[in-house]
Amino acid sequence: MTPTVELLWWDGCPSTERALAELRAAAADVGIDEAAVTLREIHTDAEAAATGFPGSPTVLIDGVDAVGGVDAAGGDDAQVSSLSCRIYRRRDGRISPTPDPDDLREALRARLRGSG
Amino acid sequence: MSLALGATAPDFALPDTTGASWSPTEAPATVLVFTCNHCPYALAWHDRIADAARDYAERGVRFLAINANDAERYPRDSPQAMRERVEREEWPMPYLHDATQEVAGAYGAQTTPDVFVLDASRTLRYRGAPDADHDDPAARAQWLRDALDAVLAGSEPALAETPPVGCSIKWRR
Repeated sequence: MTPTVELLWWDGCPSTERALAELRAAAADVGIDEAAVTLREIHTDAEAAATGFPGSPTVLIDGVDAVGGVDAAGGDDAQVSSLSCRIYRRRDGRISPTPDPDDLREALRARLRGSG
Repeated sequence: MSLALGATAPDFALPDTTGASWSPTEAPATVLVFTCNHCPYALAWHDRIADAARDYAERGVRFLAINANDAERYPRDSPQAMRERVEREEWPMPYLHDATQEVAGAYGAQTTPDVFVLDASRTLRYRGAPDADHDDPAARAQWLRDALDAVLAGSEPALAETPPVGCSIKWRR
């Protein structure tokens, strides 16, 4: 069964276009129709709090946060909900505004295995 | 409305994380970097900007990092969080708090980071991003370095303005 793949975004952060392109490419790489990737804009602090939005972009696979971010000190950002740009750490250690594509592929494959 | 290239930049006095006051004066060139604690673009570029601050210190260039974000809505940008970050990391420049956001407003800062290079007479000579790619550490804040080299040589930067790239400054509502 194809998982739902959702990109949550906020317009105060310029990374959405790149995140969407990388997410669609990752989906295609693991055999998921890239049209299955949907977008949901988060507009307000209240919406961010209600959805547990940890920052833009956030990728949900079947409603679950697919790739965790970090805070400025390198800790987990999962407890923070706000209209802000999310901080990711790439596999080579760099700070980035978008998830590592390898992490996206891994999360998608894991979900496919789990739902198969 | 952003400060125009060639315009005299507004003077100011802002406190750093120790309470000391800093102004954009008395240096052959001054670099103002509007930045913050919670933006991935600001964090990705931080080390490159810090390296430039170290490299140009012996030529008398003053770097001032300024956090103007609304700390009530974004506690990760509070004065305490700023202090903790400076204590945790090795900063070659003071980290100033623009609590009223008046300085960011006067300069027309838009993003974190947003870089302004002033000459000795406080004239704006460069404004924009540190370099062409936040994702490439090899870019070395080259646009900023080129602008500083030009200002220190008494000439105009060949590339004087680039679009600032990063998270929007979090203005008070």
